[in-house]
Amino acid sequence: MSQESLPVTAPPRASGIPRAGELEGVRPARHALFLALCVLALIVPLAVLGLLLASALHVSAPRLGWEFLTGYPSRHATSAGILPALAGSAALLTLTAGLAVPLGVGAAIYLEEYARPNRLTSLIEVNISNLAGVPSILYGLLGLEVFVRALGLGRSLISGAATLALLVLPMVIMTSREALRTVPSSLREACYALGADRWTTLRCVILPSCLPGILTGVILSLARAVGETAPLVTIGALTYVAVLPDSLGSAFTAIPIQIFNWVSRPQAEFRANAAAGVVVLLALTGALNGLCIWLRVRLGRRA
Amino acid sequence: MSGGHADLFAKRPLSERVASGLLLATALVSVLTTVGIVVVLLKQSLSFFRAVPLAAFLGDTQWTPLFADKHFGIWPLLSGTLLTTAIAVAVGLPLGVLAAICLAEFASPRARRVLKPVVEVLAGVPTVVYGTFALTVVTPLLQRVVPGLSGFNALGAGIVMGIMIFPIIASISEDALSSVPPTLREAALALGGSRVTTIVKVVVPSAFSGITAAVILAVSRAVGETMIVAVAAGQQPRLTLDPRVPIETMTAYIVQVSLGDTPSGTLEYQTIFAVGLSLFLLTLALNVISQRVRGVVTGAARR
Repeated sequence: MSQESLPVTAPPRASGIPRAGELEGVRPARHALFLALCVLALIVPLAVLGLLLASALHVSAPRLGWEFLTGYPSRHATSAGILPALAGSAALLTLTAGLAVPLGVGAAIYLEEYARPNRLTSLIEVNISNLAGVPSILYGLLGLEVFVRALGLGRSLISGAATLALLVLPMVIMTSREALRTVPSSLREACYALGADRWTTLRCVILPSCLPGILTGVILSLARAVGETAPLVTIGALTYVAVLPDSLGSAFTAIPIQIFNWVSRPQAEFRANAAAGVVVLLALTGALNGLCIWLRVRLGRRA
Repeated sequence: MSGGHADLFAKRPLSERVASGLLLATALVSVLTTVGIVVVLLKQSLSFFRAVPLAAFLGDTQWTPLFADKHFGIWPLLSGTLLTTAIAVAVGLPLGVLAAICLAEFASPRARRVLKPVVEVLAGVPTVVYGTFALTVVTPLLQRVVPGLSGFNALGAGIVMGIMIFPIIASISEDALSSVPPTLREAALALGGSRVTTIVKVVVPSAFSGITAAVILAVSRAVGETMIVAVAAGQQPRLTLDPRVPIETMTAYIVQVSLGDTPSGTLEYQTIFAVGLSLFLLTLALNVISQRVRGVVTGAARR
């Protein structure tokens, strides 16, 4: 950055030019205090994050184990497990990806490669940026009325996945558009010059070259979806599900729902379960984010 | 159309037109989502307002739709939302802006490359995790210092929400600070201003609209945030500014009703849509203002 190279404290004393700050009678103590505050502002939130992780690990220690991961919910805190929630979250993620990826990437391709600058296009663009700011719980109300009731899908896995897909759609579209924008236009032009049509260019040149970018955006969106609780609560995901989801129409629970359920119980023993759920959920979102970084490094080189 | 153009269109193969149409359809899904949210909220709210006059909704100071003696005044829920949001901003604003200054002005490019993703980790923490943290860690800690702090309260929830909005404020403010032209900084330094004076009197004021946009966006997130307040702030709608007692926010109310088995078509069921509509309008207004303020910045930067 340019300000790094500025001679802020340059020492050409001999020429008689005053040092920066000297004219206004700098009080070093005050300035050091300001710098300290700035650094502190960065450290405090990270320390809070550290406290969050440490306390979750500490509280969950007696519960976290193979039994917890493979157990079913129970009225007794010490024998309750998270398997149906884990399976539910995995199924939700897969279905959400299956719905949101074609819709989101398709919309991004349309806006970047096909759309002409007209009123419809700007309507779609304004709409997407506004959708990104709609609180997630309102997607839950949409899902409740449209998927659960109007379409008669009930409080099922597919209702939950469809709701989450709509929720992450703006994010998938925005990240995919950014990835598409990184493709140099010379690549496109070279392909057109060889006589290819738009679809062929897209399929053989553009998509392969921005695939890592699109993939990272999709995974980041899924990492957000996996932690979403409010929309699922609103559409009425059940908290006591003792079976694994086996079809699109089956009742389901998910890790964040299970955490919410455990932490809302008055009995203190369930706190350990909630903490263990938190550790599992954070591990899952952490793994998805880690996958992103790995993809960026790994596939980024080829692009 | 004259011959040349018509020929070009005629040559466009069918597959190309189908592809273009399909992609447009995926882009329109996002528009349909918005339409769906608005229609669902309006439809149920209209039934609600047929039973409850708007004057009562906006004039009554009690919210007791689930009791025998029903009152439908939005103010207790609104005050709960505003209280937690105000606490969140009081925590997140100074931390976010100072951290942004630290990142943009003091950190070396290398430190910035490491620190920015770390700050973004905070944005990736699921909100149910933050809620659990607020209830089981932050509130017990606060209870040691704040006399009369109840187990569910706005204070703990608000503080944790401040940590949640910190990365939004920090990262958008950092963008705004970094886009201040270096010439402005150089001019201030050349006039003998110290680094800190330059930041406080020149750089921050130039980035003011960007920082404002960041804060408004963060307020919108805090208003729509659900799980932190649903877990940690309580379920007692009351018109108070006391951060120590249980309250209920608009979002937490929607969760509370969703958890119960309220049959569709009843007035209780419709209340969550009336509350949802209020939430939608509030966040939409905040998002539009934030975009406008930010648009001014980027527009000015382009010129």
